[in-house]
Amino acid sequence: MSENKEINLDNENKNNSEIISPKHLRHFLDIENLPQSLILDILDLAESFAGVSGQPVKKVPLLRGKTIVNLFFEASTRTRTTFELAAKRLSADVLNLNLDFSATKKGETLLDTLRNLEAMHCDMFIVRHPSSGAAEFISKNVSPNISIINAGDGRHAHPTQAMLDIFTIRKYFPDFKKIKVAIVGDILHSRVARSLMHALRILEVPDIRVIGPKTLLPLGVEEMGVTPYVDMDKGIKDCNVVIMLRLQTERMNSSFIPDEHEYYNLYGFSPKRLDLISKNGIVMHPGPVNRGVEISSEVADGNRSVILQQVSNGIAVRMAILSLSMQP
Amino acid sequence: MKYSKEQTQALLQKIENSLKDYLLKNNIQNPLIIGVHTGGAWIADLLQKNLGYEGKAASLNISFYRDDFSKVGVNPKVEPTEMPISVDDKHVILVDDVLYTGRTTRAAINEIFDFGRPHSVTLVVLVERNGNELPISADIFGEKLELDNDKNIKLLGPDPMILEVVDKDS
Repeated sequence: MSENKEINLDNENKNNSEIISPKHLRHFLDIENLPQSLILDILDLAESFAGVSGQPVKKVPLLRGKTIVNLFFEASTRTRTTFELAAKRLSADVLNLNLDFSATKKGETLLDTLRNLEAMHCDMFIVRHPSSGAAEFISKNVSPNISIINAGDGRHAHPTQAMLDIFTIRKYFPDFKKIKVAIVGDILHSRVARSLMHALRILEVPDIRVIGPKTLLPLGVEEMGVTPYVDMDKGIKDCNVVIMLRLQTERMNSSFIPDEHEYYNLYGFSPKRLDLISKNGIVMHPGPVNRGVEISSEVADGNRSVILQQVSNGIAVRMAILSLSMQP
Repeated sequence: MKYSKEQTQALLQKIENSLKDYLLKNNIQNPLIIGVHTGGAWIADLLQKNLGYEGKAASLNISFYRDDFSKVGVNPKVEPTEMPISVDDKHVILVDDVLYTGRTTRAAINEIFDFGRPHSVTLVVLVERNGNELPISADIFGEKLELDNDKNIKLLGPDPMILEVVDKDS
């Protein structure tokens, strides 16, 4: 059986179980309900953690003796490894469970797996799952001393990716209230886009744009405080930050888009499009990059691209989120 | 109770003079001055300047090395650690405003060793108060102070720097 079936999608539930107080996290499931002050605290703390990667001993003893489990029900390289490094740089012990290939395949239910991990005295689960709401479901079904971090759940949210993106943006544009940000591509299926839209809205970014073919823009996306564009050249005009999303090629054969080549012509970040964005504008991508589909190699490897900085920043931001969720 | 600006200034002058004598006596040419955020970093910058060394002093945010994380958590507002040069084989002058339980100094020394292996570490504080919980004492201090258990002494600043005695829960 698939564990997906036992997950009750609970998106209507707006109770804010992830925060203990405005200064403390218990779980980190979604950005939607976080106060601005807490988001800024996470960014400030990440700034301090960024220095740890430059130390000769790249480790601080903050989470010594804690056990953190990477509970991944879906493939991931970047997210899992940066979470693992973040936990190790905080001196925690890390267990990587790839449940695609583990007991669940032998018929164990998700709850049985959780009970077993609890019995091993683990302190935190970092969860990635193909079903929306999975991390929240787990947070409601584990013992109260365990923190849950959402590392991506279905099409719902990928809050740590959004946090590292805004951390990267702040490095270049310290005042969120003065910038124009565009998110380009498969907005409809993207949990990164959803979390980003919430984060940018909470930080009071005055001009948030989403760009893509009509088939990949969610209906009523304007209600999230963003402006939809179908024309990329108009959409990215004068933007300070352009975030390209991965075109999920596994969906290529469906009717969402014509073909990769045409998609690149319409929505790919080609070198000539650099002239349209603001003079000091930056180009971002959460990875993995489909070169020549949503972005050209020349742009992805060029001096306006901050794609690799996003990866480095991901470690510091995740260190901040892990430590804030683990504190009393 | 607040110290006056002049009283605080006199203590700062005293540790500066003592440090000069100490460096001379021990024949230390190029010490690495490191201040503990926040008050210690202000004093370290002042010593760096008044002793005629270029640039800013190094500074430590010891929150990631504290021993009470599981009780109090981290404070996101503390400035990041700045360690511009290697600590290997350096004579480190570790500067803090107040030496109390000794736990901050323990954390600071641990952090310094994650940046390398210093030749020596000398502890300079403005005030050493009663209540030590670890075998740590200052090599150079402005004054020693006996305070009631429910009192704290803290440094306001950076310009001017003024010591103040306050109630612990204030």
